Amino acid sequence: MTKWDYDGPILEIDKLSISFFTRLREIPAVMDFSVTVRPGEAMGLVGESGCGKSTVALGIMQDLGVNGRVVGGSIKFKGRDLSEMSPEELRDIRGSEIAMIYQEPMASLNPAMKIGQQLMEVPMIHEGISKSEAWKRALEVVTDVRLPDPKRMLNSYPHQLSGGQQQRIVIAMALMSKPSLLILDEPTTALDVTVEAAVVDLVKDLGKKYGTSMLFISHNLGLVLETCDRLCVMYSGEAVERGSIQDIFDEMQHPYTQALFRSIPLPTADKNSRPLVAIPGNFPLPHERPHGCNFGPRCDYFEAGRCDSGEIAMHPVAGNERHSTRCLKFHEIDWQAPLAKAIQVESGEIGRPILEIKDLKKYYEVSANALFGGSQKVVKANETISFTAHEGETLAIVGESGCGKSTFAKVLMGLETATEGSIRLDGQSIEQLPIEQRDTALVSSVQMVFQNPFDTLNPSMTVGRQIVRALEIFRIGNSEAERRARMLELLDLVKLPRAFADRMPRQLSGGQKQRVGIARAFAGGARIVVADEPVSALDVSVQAAVTDLLMEIQREEKTTLLFISHDLSIVRYLSDRVMVMYLGHVVELGSTDQVFSPPYHPYTEALLSAVPIADTSVQKKHIVLEGDIPSAMNPPPGCPFQTRCNWKSEVAGGLCEREVPPIRDFGDGHQVKCHLREDQLNTMDPVITFAAE
Amino acid sequence: MEPLSWGSIIAQIFAQFTPVWIGMVTVFVLSIRFKRRLGLYGKLFDSTVGMIGFALVLFWVFTALFAGSIITHDPLGQLSGMKNKLPGTPVPDGVDVYAYYLLGGDNLARDVFSRMVSGSTIVMQIAPLATLFAFMVGITLGLPAAYYGGKLDMFLSFLANLILAFPVILLFYLLVTPEIVKTGLPKYMAGVLFLFPIVFMVVLLNARFFTQPAKRAAYLTATLVVGLWIYLGVAWNTDPLGIISVPPNILIVFVSVVFVNAPTVFRIVRGLGLDIKTRDYVAAAQTRGEGPWYTMLWEILPNARGPLIVDFCLRIGYTTILLGTLGFFGLGLAPESPDWGTTINDGRKLLSIYPHPALAPALALMSLVLGLNLLADGLREESLKD
Amino acid sequence: MAIFLLRRIGVMLLTAIALTFIVFVLTNLQPNLEKVAKFQGNVRMTDEEVTSWLGKNGYDRSMVARYGEWLGVVPGWTYTDDAGKVTGRCIDDDNADQAQTRCGVLQGEWGHSIVFKEDVRDIVFKRLGLTAKLMFWVMILMVPMALVLGVLAGMREGTRLDRSLSTISIATTATPEYVSGVILIAVFASSAVGLKWFKGTATSAMDDITFANFTLPVVTIALYGMGYIARMTRASMTEVMTTQYIRTARLKGVSFTNIVLKHALRNALIAPFTVIMLQIPWLLNGVVIVETLFNYKGFGWTLVQAAGNNDVELLLGCSVVAVIVVLVTQLISDVGYVFLNPRIRIS
Repeated sequence: MTKWDYDGPILEIDKLSISFFTRLREIPAVMDFSVTVRPGEAMGLVGESGCGKSTVALGIMQDLGVNGRVVGGSIKFKGRDLSEMSPEELRDIRGSEIAMIYQEPMASLNPAMKIGQQLMEVPMIHEGISKSEAWKRALEVVTDVRLPDPKRMLNSYPHQLSGGQQQRIVIAMALMSKPSLLILDEPTTALDVTVEAAVVDLVKDLGKKYGTSMLFISHNLGLVLETCDRLCVMYSGEAVERGSIQDIFDEMQHPYTQALFRSIPLPTADKNSRPLVAIPGNFPLPHERPHGCNFGPRCDYFEAGRCDSGEIAMHPVAGNERHSTRCLKFHEIDWQAPLAKAIQVESGEIGRPILEIKDLKKYYEVSANALFGGSQKVVKANETISFTAHEGETLAIVGESGCGKSTFAKVLMGLETATEGSIRLDGQSIEQLPIEQRDTALVSSVQMVFQNPFDTLNPSMTVGRQIVRALEIFRIGNSEAERRARMLELLDLVKLPRAFADRMPRQLSGGQKQRVGIARAFAGGARIVVADEPVSALDVSVQAAVTDLLMEIQREEKTTLLFISHDLSIVRYLSDRVMVMYLGHVVELGSTDQVFSPPYHPYTEALLSAVPIADTSVQKKHIVLEGDIPSAMNPPPGCPFQTRCNWKSEVAGGLCEREVPPIRDFGDGHQVKCHLREDQLNTMDPVITFAAE
Repeated sequence: MEPLSWGSIIAQIFAQFTPVWIGMVTVFVLSIRFKRRLGLYGKLFDSTVGMIGFALVLFWVFTALFAGSIITHDPLGQLSGMKNKLPGTPVPDGVDVYAYYLLGGDNLARDVFSRMVSGSTIVMQIAPLATLFAFMVGITLGLPAAYYGGKLDMFLSFLANLILAFPVILLFYLLVTPEIVKTGLPKYMAGVLFLFPIVFMVVLLNARFFTQPAKRAAYLTATLVVGLWIYLGVAWNTDPLGIISVPPNILIVFVSVVFVNAPTVFRIVRGLGLDIKTRDYVAAAQTRGEGPWYTMLWEILPNARGPLIVDFCLRIGYTTILLGTLGFFGLGLAPESPDWGTTINDGRKLLSIYPHPALAPALALMSLVLGLNLLADGLREESLKD
Repeated sequence: MAIFLLRRIGVMLLTAIALTFIVFVLTNLQPNLEKVAKFQGNVRMTDEEVTSWLGKNGYDRSMVARYGEWLGVVPGWTYTDDAGKVTGRCIDDDNADQAQTRCGVLQGEWGHSIVFKEDVRDIVFKRLGLTAKLMFWVMILMVPMALVLGVLAGMREGTRLDRSLSTISIATTATPEYVSGVILIAVFASSAVGLKWFKGTATSAMDDITFANFTLPVVTIALYGMGYIARMTRASMTEVMTTQYIRTARLKGVSFTNIVLKHALRNALIAPFTVIMLQIPWLLNGVVIVETLFNYKGFGWTLVQAAGNNDVELLLGCSVVAVIVVLVTQLISDVGYVFLNPRIRIS
């Protein structure tokens, strides 16, 4: 089929409604959704999970499965209605005119087919070109997505590539037939921050080079700011605000958009002076949506009798081109009003040292190949970690996958024992004490909050029972009744209704489950709590609430919080001190201000630059790291970061490749593990600067 | 008297099964009315396949329960002149019993219908219980294998594979021969295998209640007293009260069926355990200092119940087939026993001329196993939905 | 890969030794030996006579030693009676001097069948040949049908085609050979129904296979195994069809036929392959039942005869073969799995 020319918008979605049909009822997933994408334009689609953004993408692809159906409106691609096309016509368009990139790169490549074959297939189906021509095209595109050694790439199977490389292949596959529209559904969520930054960079460049229009679906406002021209914010199946990036970021006209920006940790936020404002309430379930405005029950500006009286249409915003909002009161709201409700709190007092860790090492012996056996290899998961944590302090441990932060948590918890070095808790050595040998007091004083809310609670036990069990095992309370009373108090502490005690975990939302997890961790009066990415799997609006809760309990209980995270925004927001890890090494350690301002370790610098920030006034130094994080099984010699370091050339004599750098102390406990001379480090500029207001 | 026509044979049989119909209708009406409150069992009534399967299984359960009032003749009794008679043949005059052999007579002039019905009782006594025991053994060994891994896992997996590498029939021939019975081997095996349920229950309760010594003592004493009493009676035939005893040949059949099934259950449990032990709630249990058995039995096992229930249904079916196989080779059960396998074996010699004595138990066995399979399929499908 | 193979074979040998030892122990328990003594000697032997007979025939030694002899790693027993005549395990007639010291399975001496009065090795291999013929036709019939059934049912989950095919496969797995065999004979071979298309026995097929005498046994075994493989294939296929890479292929514009054939099939067949191989020990059961039912004197029938008549040496021989068949198929299934799965093969 030939691609037809059309000079109107590439994609016009008009009043689209999509529903899924289950045995019991019809569940509307998308309602009255309209959007237009012009040639060469990059359109962002932002919203929390369950808001219907992915359903829109599948609707465009006309691939809604057995239960899904378009129940109203139209999707026009280059002027032709997609829902009126025959299956053959649709097949022609898919892959050649509209291409899609998904979240999980590994899952979207066929494991039993070579990369080359999977790429070549696209033009061979759509353009009927010969094998050799398709091969040439594949080589070209693979080079375009900046993959090393394209020929070898084409001859490999997907599992031989790293996650970042796989995602580049998926992008290449989407570009093989030079489509007019590219749909990207959370394309970088599964990747590490520094890898994500490189992929985003690539997508931006290729969009320009190939002149492709893009529909970029994401939950991350910062990412959208970096990639898109225009933006559409979705909430509970509806588009609530639509406009250019500048309009929406700086002149938002919908309460939800505003609430969203107030709940994300921008560099201007601070846990004490300007805390985050969580959106109250919960995301409505599709079949429990309120009458009138969907956001009504959670909105600060809600007016009974008006906002809940009937359907609300999109209203154009006067003065801004193509900017519209689904709010009845947008004229009346003073959008520039300062945040009134922000409650300022006293910063918690940092007390005496509690936890002292010295030269901690953890090595694992693994066989090189799980299936075929083979030689034993030593994985150095943690290399000489030393730090001290104080009472009431929040220490953030930052790093990407394979940096050893989870191993460190395991050693601290006693699930593993240390290979070398010492961990002293109140002067007691615990590094060789596995959890079975720890007494109840010790176990209950070191507790953990886990990452995945859907995994943290036992699905077949009631919420109350799980907390009571923790109390039982910590020997708290003398009778069943006493423990039950204490459990209810704990539910109060984490701001959950007492009725939740008798619910099963599946009846709770992600944020609520995470609260139960926090209650369980604090059940025995924990003094040190390790929080392993406690909010990274939650939606933005819920993140703020859970983070604040954690901070509040910490202040009250004077707990030492070890906050493990890869998200520098949240780390900057809540931590007192920061420890940056890379491949088992601590590369930088210092107070939050010290770490977030120069001199940096080169890795910290790159990490800071890679984190997308949803603020138009922020200007970032552009640093893109080459390649992927090396495997911990096979670390590079010398400095662990030398394979990707942009500053390596500044160090003479290949020192970086030979020796692990010494720890350099800049005073006040600011340590950097780098070969760069002090004067070289001092020449670094701040990564993040604010544009003059 | 005239022989019955096929129509009246069916009508008579239908009438004989009256208690079964009443039972089935009651169960179905109640279940469908309250299906929204019955969890997974209730959801079963949303699936046609599941309902058909459940109906078949229920039919045989009630048949086994009411066998005494359904049978028309003594399943072991012979009536002269009824040898190999076709279905619907009237019994000779002067005998004070039911007037017809509804499904004919077998080569020893016994009533095929009554034998088929009483056969269901034997199957229903052994198959579910043996499967349950196999599950207890498989779970008690499979969970630690998955949880600890390493050498223990290697050793247990090797043992399981060893048993699985035996062709089942060879194993039966080796275990269920009079010579082996003489050495007492099956008895010792029973002694070991039947210990597992007690161990299982004790560990289960101990892990849960060790923080509350008073409760623990009460629960454990009750379990041990009841468990050991049953154990002595069943495994060693030395019940001090003399209430429980199991005929030795049934015991052997029981033991060998458990023995054959346990390794497969072990493998399934191990696989599920390996998957579930990576979950955060297991790590949460570990970090609050729970013992390994609590973690295995209260954190891992309950979350593996879905696939295990489905497999339990399938496995009862498989056990029924195994029992039939034993009967077919004349192993274990008494030669005149009315169980389906033995009856098929009896009937097969004259199959080409008189197929009815073998056909009735064959169809009975097939319908039961089919029912269990459909039930499992329905359960699996419904448990995956929403 | 080589190390993997070696390790796998090592485990297999260990398993084989353990299994044969168990079989050896179970067939050489005291009651069995007494029965053998009475069978070989005199039915009315007294207990002392039995003991002395056992001593004369090398049965009075430890189980492990006798297992070693049987295996051929320990020198065979010898017995010199009061007259100075030497008898022994490896001594056939009177030529005690020329006899080998070791004669066990490893040397090719499998012993002598007391029922068939023949060398065990000859019996086993002759019967095995007959069974191989049966299995060959079973495989030819079963595997392709099962795969087609599974793939067709699994490619569009939940459709009417899927439901009907799945029900068929469930029905066949619910019908063990001794049930389906009885039904098939009753319908197609009995005088009561009168179709009489096929023969109800397969005895004549041992010399000359015809459509009439071989169809029923082959179909009987194939039906039971087929349902199981088909269900596995269907499960694997439905799983593959819901993966993201199939969606990727669909959204690349690949046609449905090509999605099934090029993208799904290879991934979907990895799991059933192992199932098919692991099915073989199961089929062995079917073979025993069907050969008994249809009176086809193959390996399974021999096994039953040996076990039923306490023919120790023959039973041991049969067990060894059965165990080896099972272990070899397991090995093939492991290796094949690795070979089929590029994720494991190239790493």
